[in-house]
Amino acid sequence: MRILVCVKRVPAPGAKINITADGQDVDTAHLGFAMSPHEECAVEEAVQLVERFDGEATVLTLGPPEAEEQLRYASSLGVQNAVLLSTDGSAWDPQGTARAIVSAVQSLEAEDGPFDLILFGNESADSGGYQVGVRVAHALGRPIVNAIKGIEPDFDAGTTRVKREIDGGFEIYDLPLPAVLGVKEGLNLPRYPTMKGRLASKKVGVKVIEAAADAGGQGRVRLRQPPAQASTMVKLGDGPEAAPAIVDLFEELGLLK
Amino acid sequence: MTDILVVAESDADVLSSATLEAITAARSLEGTIHVLLFGSSVDADEAAARVGAFGAEELHVAEHELLGDYGPEAWGQALALAIDDMEPDVVVACGTSKGNEVLAQAAARLDLPFVANCIDLPGELADSDDVVLTRVQWGGSLLEEASLSAETRIVSISHHAVEAESIDGPAATTDTFVPELHDTVARSLCVGREMAEAGVTLSTAPIVFGGGRGVGSADAFAPLEELASLMGGRVGCSRAVTNNGWRPHRDQVGQTGTRIAPELYVASGISGAIQHWVGAMASKKILAINTDPEANMVVKSDYFVQGDLHKVLPAVIDEIKSRRG
Repeated sequence: MRILVCVKRVPAPGAKINITADGQDVDTAHLGFAMSPHEECAVEEAVQLVERFDGEATVLTLGPPEAEEQLRYASSLGVQNAVLLSTDGSAWDPQGTARAIVSAVQSLEAEDGPFDLILFGNESADSGGYQVGVRVAHALGRPIVNAIKGIEPDFDAGTTRVKREIDGGFEIYDLPLPAVLGVKEGLNLPRYPTMKGRLASKKVGVKVIEAAADAGGQGRVRLRQPPAQASTMVKLGDGPEAAPAIVDLFEELGLLK
Repeated sequence: MTDILVVAESDADVLSSATLEAITAARSLEGTIHVLLFGSSVDADEAAARVGAFGAEELHVAEHELLGDYGPEAWGQALALAIDDMEPDVVVACGTSKGNEVLAQAAARLDLPFVANCIDLPGELADSDDVVLTRVQWGGSLLEEASLSAETRIVSISHHAVEAESIDGPAATTDTFVPELHDTVARSLCVGREMAEAGVTLSTAPIVFGGGRGVGSADAFAPLEELASLMGGRVGCSRAVTNNGWRPHRDQVGQTGTRIAPELYVASGISGAIQHWVGAMASKKILAINTDPEANMVVKSDYFVQGDLHKVLPAVIDEIKSRRG
């Protein structure tokens, strides 16, 4: 059983995101980096599946050489193999990203056999294009369902039952393997790396593949801040004495029936 | 003449209100608005009246035995075939989970770009195959101006970016489109549902009581629960709360949780990191209860009560009970 998890290195911002002077990128001078939150759950799921069913997991990222940090983080949690599709760090459009991943998956599968499952985060935390996983799945001729919050595979039968989050519940799908999934945070609660895991991850060999740029029809002109909203905040009061003013507000908005 | 194809989303047998947002947004383009509806579970006459009221002129009902329930590949292939057949200049859906998924599926099949979650549709989108669109990044806390070069422009409009507005138009004319779907799309059809609860959900509740790290523990959510139950609302929380295991992830409001849009969001003990703010920012009004007047949530709120939520919320419960006698 083989699982591939695709992750993206993104800045980890706090209450405000600053932009570089040329408007091309997020100013990361004072920021740390992480993988997107949905992808942390994808990595955790892959590790849990390997623990339950045996087999091996591989983590792959398309990004600058620094993205090795995210690959080693996944290794520290128990992912066996790491692949870096190396770029110059510029923003790649979704079609170009998908093409590079498809070509890498094909060469990895030619060497070591097919991946039963390929996991993507539902969308990246930064650019949020909502499509790379779908494009990869289509190019590989495999099914994909997004917004997945539950995975119950039967590798012997070659199928997996998955649960998609919808408002107020879940939809159920039964997919044949190999399959691709876009997963969401809430699928599981990701573990933290152990000291032993951290040390071991430093020795993991990262396979580096130069990614060939083959851009699609979407490009970045610039990033900008949303228009600042003038603060219209009204202070209703201090402490429990403000309770009548709060309930007045509920009544005024027609919320207290 | 420009043709704009709006992709309808339906939930069981009901046309989703997100579709009406997409039609409203499409009205900013000069052209004929067509709507593509998948399957026959939604009553076509009702749908024609509904989409017509919002400005659509033609409703195309895609009929096929594999379009009974939702399937990302079935809908995506039907849309790709409809695009081949109708040759629209612009294809628009609302940027919901399924709206973006179906557009991505169709774009992948046609090898066309797809620009997700635009905040508006500029007029030149209708007649230029090289346009600049403004779309959301970081769940809406940053904007990106993105160029799009394609003969067929496939875009989604960010959910809640446009308010659906009827123009009381006449019912759309209706016809049937029969796509020749490939059998393989059957593999990703929805085969069932598990509905967790009846009644309001986080995304439909008129009032949401959100708690953050400041609540302090799972047990300390009791007054938020009581308020939600008194007022027919729901309890929400920040990512810090779910990461601490105090609440299940389904209660999380945020970029990676649920986007809410209630009449009033009462945010107690929430600092307002970007992750949370973008899930809450579509709320009509926000009341922040916090000890820190400088907190991001407070600065961005409409109403603010400075104080300890553990004292304020019980007082609000008492006040509601005494007014109700």
